[in-house]
Amino acid sequence: MDIKKYVIRQISIFSENRPGRLAAIAHALGEEKINILAFSIAEANGFGVVRALVDHPEKAHDKLLSLGFNIAFTDVIAVHMKDQPGGLYEVAKILGDAGINIEYSYAYSGKEGAVLILRVDQIDDAITKIKTSGATLLERSVFH
Amino acid sequence: MFWDKKIETLKTDDLQALQLKRLKKTISQAQKVGFFKKRLSDAGITASSIKTLDDIRKIPFTKKQDLREGYPFGFFAVPLKEIVRIHTTSGTTGKPTVVGYTKKDLDVWADLIARNMTMVGVGKEDIFQNMVNYGMFTGGLGFHYGAEKIGMTVIPSATGNTKRQIEMIRDFGVTTIHCTPSYAMHLSEVAEEMGESLDSLKTGIFGAEPWSESIRHSLEKRLGVTAFDSYGLSELFGPGVAFECEERNGLHIWHDSYLVEIIDPNTGERVSDGERGELVVTPLVKEAMPLLRYRTGDVTMLLEDGCLCKRAQKIARITGRSDDMLVIRGINVFPSQIEHVLLKIPEVGNQFMVYIDRINYLDEMTVEVEINRDFFSGELTDLAKIQKKVGKELRDSLELRTTVRLVEPGSLPRFEGKAKRVIDRREEI
Repeated sequence: MDIKKYVIRQISIFSENRPGRLAAIAHALGEEKINILAFSIAEANGFGVVRALVDHPEKAHDKLLSLGFNIAFTDVIAVHMKDQPGGLYEVAKILGDAGINIEYSYAYSGKEGAVLILRVDQIDDAITKIKTSGATLLERSVFH
Repeated sequence: MFWDKKIETLKTDDLQALQLKRLKKTISQAQKVGFFKKRLSDAGITASSIKTLDDIRKIPFTKKQDLREGYPFGFFAVPLKEIVRIHTTSGTTGKPTVVGYTKKDLDVWADLIARNMTMVGVGKEDIFQNMVNYGMFTGGLGFHYGAEKIGMTVIPSATGNTKRQIEMIRDFGVTTIHCTPSYAMHLSEVAEEMGESLDSLKTGIFGAEPWSESIRHSLEKRLGVTAFDSYGLSELFGPGVAFECEERNGLHIWHDSYLVEIIDPNTGERVSDGERGELVVTPLVKEAMPLLRYRTGDVTMLLEDGCLCKRAQKIARITGRSDDMLVIRGINVFPSQIEHVLLKIPEVGNQFMVYIDRINYLDEMTVEVEINRDFFSGELTDLAKIQKKVGKELRDSLELRTTVRLVEPGSLPRFEGKAKRVIDRREEI
């Protein structure tokens, strides 16, 4: 199994917790015609990290870097869920039974159903376990 | 009341004769320190070339930065085996300023504290709660031994746990307290919340940070004490250098032990009595660590002679600093210390801003620092680790809890010329 094709590049942007920061990031991405597929903001003690899945991560990286943002790539995986009651439970149970610990997660619901994005510590191991547990992982090519 | 009436009320001529004698002795003692030996020989001065007190002007000033050169024991004029205690105080950069005491120094120092406490009318019958830090800070043990010397019942309660402090005041019938004025305000608030009236209190000794007349009125009203201002610095033993008498209109500085000059901090020239300037002190009774014309950085002035209590010339209450030193919760902090700490942490940049606020009468310091691009992993937990690390390093170095705010690279102001990195938002106390 080609594990690598399931590894998705999330962009993580350091941001102070003050008005206008998200707008500045979103404006920059819009200018470059980069589409945001999913995103979340995590906050701690006066600062935060904006996490996003975009269609052109390299381009997003270079643009934000040129504007002075502190940006890094983070590897995540995406699991397909049924967009109906119990859909999250099905996936969460598989992960729990497989002993996979989630560092953080966020989700979106799109045309092809709902998707759970996961940051896990042992990504290769997690991919293998999720595949053998019968859940559907989305390939990198779906995003970018 | 006097502890040592003769010395506290010496006539001017006798005082000056004693000062001159002690100054010569101090110069001889200072010559045992490499730094002063060189300084004095460069200036062509020996103890015998000092004929009058005014001749002291030929001696160059000693600054706090000079003491750093001698870290740790380079300014001791006696062998280490004669040193019986060491205290430290803030340095301008990474290393603290080390001060040492011989057995005799400790005795002389305790005697000065005893003078001060007797002057404000406390004695053997009094129960004294010393609510300042006992670790390294001179205010703890300094007051402790002075109070024991006059036979007070001493409670070394140190800092923290305000409720417990209040219980002890109530249960032990404490009459006299010593702490920073801001902690005293905090104490009075907590006592009010607890419904404790602290009726046994009668005397409050407050020092280690500047405070105003309005805070004096409010402390006196809230705690039911008569409030006295206490002044000192570790380089001159510690607290006890100058103190208010019952008149509470200026501080008596002990001229037999400390030779006082007030200078214009920019020119180094003396200013006239009644004119504000930087206090420069040559301690006349220190054995382990003599100093010559030490620039305290504190701004004051010499007041007119003639106090009702008959003691000698007073200085005004300290109104500020001639340098950028900050006093936060009674602890001295130099912005250069913060810079020094940050330079050693690769995860953050070297630019910083300091904000100081007063929340419930207690000072809070916030340091803003930029995250270093190369250390951003994308993970929030790694950022939190960096934030914690910076806070710990600052606390270890400054002995002060600070709030650390991580900000984006390049977002802090860059200064050309004189940097203004400290924003003090405290209202006067």
